[in-house]
Amino acid sequence: MKNVMGIVNDIQEEEVLKDLTIHRSLASVPFGCRYRLIDFPLSNMVNSGIINVGIFLEDKFRSLLDHIGPGKAWDLDRKRDGLFLLPASQRNNKNRMYKGDIESLEANLDYLHRSSQDYVVITSSKVICNMNYNKAFDFHLDSGADITAIYKQVPSPKQNKKQTVLKTDSNDRVTEMKVSPERENYNKISLEKFIMKKDLLIDIIDDCYSTGRWDFLKDGIIKNINKYNVKAFPYKGYVANINSLNSYFHKSLELLKPDNRKDMFQKHQIFTKPKDEAPTKFSDFGHAKNIIAANGCIIEGDVKNSILFRGVTIKKGAQVRNSIIMQKSTIGRNAQVENVITDKNARIKNGTELKGSRNFPVIVEKNAKV
Amino acid sequence: MAKKEIVAMLLAGGKGTRLGVLTNNLAKPAVPFGAEFRLIDFPLSNCSNSGINTVGILTQYEPLILNSYIGNGSSWELDRNEGGVTVLPPYLHDQGGGWYKGTADAVYHNINYIDRYDPEYVLVLSGDHIYKMDYSKMLDFHKEKDAAASLAVIEVPWEETHRFGIMNTNDKKQIIEFQEKPEKAKNNLASMGIYIFDWPTLKEYLIEDSKNPESSGDFGKNIIPAMMNDKYSVYAYEFGGYWMDVGTIESYWKAHMDLIHKDSGLDLYDRDWIISSLNPNQPPLYISEDAEVNHSLINKGSEIKGTVKNSVVFFGSKIGKNSIVEDSVILPNTKIGEGCYINKSIICHNVNIEDNCNVGADNLINPDISVIADNMTISRGTNIENGSVVE
Repeated sequence: MKNVMGIVNDIQEEEVLKDLTIHRSLASVPFGCRYRLIDFPLSNMVNSGIINVGIFLEDKFRSLLDHIGPGKAWDLDRKRDGLFLLPASQRNNKNRMYKGDIESLEANLDYLHRSSQDYVVITSSKVICNMNYNKAFDFHLDSGADITAIYKQVPSPKQNKKQTVLKTDSNDRVTEMKVSPERENYNKISLEKFIMKKDLLIDIIDDCYSTGRWDFLKDGIIKNINKYNVKAFPYKGYVANINSLNSYFHKSLELLKPDNRKDMFQKHQIFTKPKDEAPTKFSDFGHAKNIIAANGCIIEGDVKNSILFRGVTIKKGAQVRNSIIMQKSTIGRNAQVENVITDKNARIKNGTELKGSRNFPVIVEKNAKV
Repeated sequence: MAKKEIVAMLLAGGKGTRLGVLTNNLAKPAVPFGAEFRLIDFPLSNCSNSGINTVGILTQYEPLILNSYIGNGSSWELDRNEGGVTVLPPYLHDQGGGWYKGTADAVYHNINYIDRYDPEYVLVLSGDHIYKMDYSKMLDFHKEKDAAASLAVIEVPWEETHRFGIMNTNDKKQIIEFQEKPEKAKNNLASMGIYIFDWPTLKEYLIEDSKNPESSGDFGKNIIPAMMNDKYSVYAYEFGGYWMDVGTIESYWKAHMDLIHKDSGLDLYDRDWIISSLNPNQPPLYISEDAEVNHSLINKGSEIKGTVKNSVVFFGSKIGKNSIVEDSVILPNTKIGEGCYINKSIICHNVNIEDNCNVGADNLINPDISVIADNMTISRGTNIENGSVVE
């Protein structure tokens, strides 16, 4: 895969995670105890042998920059190639409305031109899995496709809300691709990962930009489905499509199932920013059942079916159920927490009762005291 | 090279014979500790936290894992444009050279390294002690006393004084007598093997000592006594925190139990004095529906499906259903099957204990420590007697 470069597109058309993306872009939303969403696409690329990765940033990128730094954790701090962080262009009038991700892609065309690789894997930061691209790339070369779209076959068609879906003919050619169609049901979900020649990507961007179309997925790919030979490549592993707060909550808790967890975290290494933390401490009073946790937690209370990020403290007598407790949050003595997502450094005071429901988790904002 | 006020020389070449199978293929400072760390993380983190950024690491015995662990020092923020860590193995030169005879001899052979930084002071450290210490405070003490040498000392129980080098001091903390492992100690201040020297003075003594073929080239036995003979002022800097020389299997096990106990004085959760490590990249830890974890430290990458009490579990280890692990230390990537009972044991790296095994379970009242060496497989249904070492 030396001849392939990677692009992670973190520009979203809408705020899918509401309160969790007040301070950060989607790519830097914490996920799976010790990771951020960006760790998955980045690690996938690095594990596939890609050493030139560009990340298209959206405006709330401070948190992402802090997480990624020079890319050392992913072995992307290189003299040649490595990691490129590509903010949107500021060259035009500040008061002008932002039109779409094509604008950022166009503004950074230089990066594409300058890169030496002939092929590109472009992915959104929204659909997360642990995937090696080697087979998909071989498929792309063998099939003679202009564009390869990676998808996941789902057993029974559910509603397609906030998903990109597709249909193929018997030759794996993509015949239809739609974003969140309301009426029909499809059982192939696009992972929003595409492989194509770099020159084709440049053409698509140029074509969209020069004709005033601004959405890479809709205008760049979907509108060209008949113009180019677009083939579909199936991915069979576990997929987390983070397209709403609910899906974030459910996909996180689904990691408690051993098969999902192994597929997501262990199939290939997922790299993340290292942090110095002592091991997690379980006290005499604590009970922990069916949890996954990062390091640095101190568990004195009772935790079940939950996800604990780094440095979480669960005080004596506290009860935590079906919840996601992010970095450095504290659950106070005798507090009761169920179906809750606490963002970083939140503090649930002693004795507080906080209960959401399965389909409507309560969100506690970053640094909030409840 | 830019001038540095102080250069640290970390002695990391020891074999640590008394740690038995723990150091079979490993230098003592590279022995895993505290679920996440290796012993050398403590002195290196202390250096970094104390503002000392030039550290020479003297290696000799089994350096492979130690060297790759140290890398360029970035784990402890010691990858510096000027200074940082430098690994200093024994080497040959025109006048001979060869293995380091002793602690002082090792530093003697690296006079050129130290001189590159033209320091006023040299800090000598051991790579195998567990403690959190601000060396900058000791340096302040050294300057204030205008000492030629300062030794860090710690109070030890009177009944253990025969194991240590004991310092007898006057009321100004000046050392007036030095007793190496005395039968009748006059004092209970033991040397921690941490020294600060004035570099020009030390250099003279190192050169002088190297000319004496009878000398064992050791700081405690040769250099410090020689300085005191010559009426140089040597002071004792009293350290009040937790300190453990994990020189034996017993003390290695004990230090782990101290980690679990809140009041031992060793707090790894203090964000003002972070102990850094290489941060092995591991998935989150998993505690299953059937597991019971009590009074224990569990590291990322491990999977617990059984009962763990009063134990420390390193990364990547798995404990099966209906197994009980008690008062034990489980090193990285070890697998314990189902229905096992592990009591007061140290299970080393990459061990595979199959289902229904017992280790050290035959004596629950006054057990000794059982040890299973790296890479062993214990086949299904085996009973390992209490206190045995399996290698």
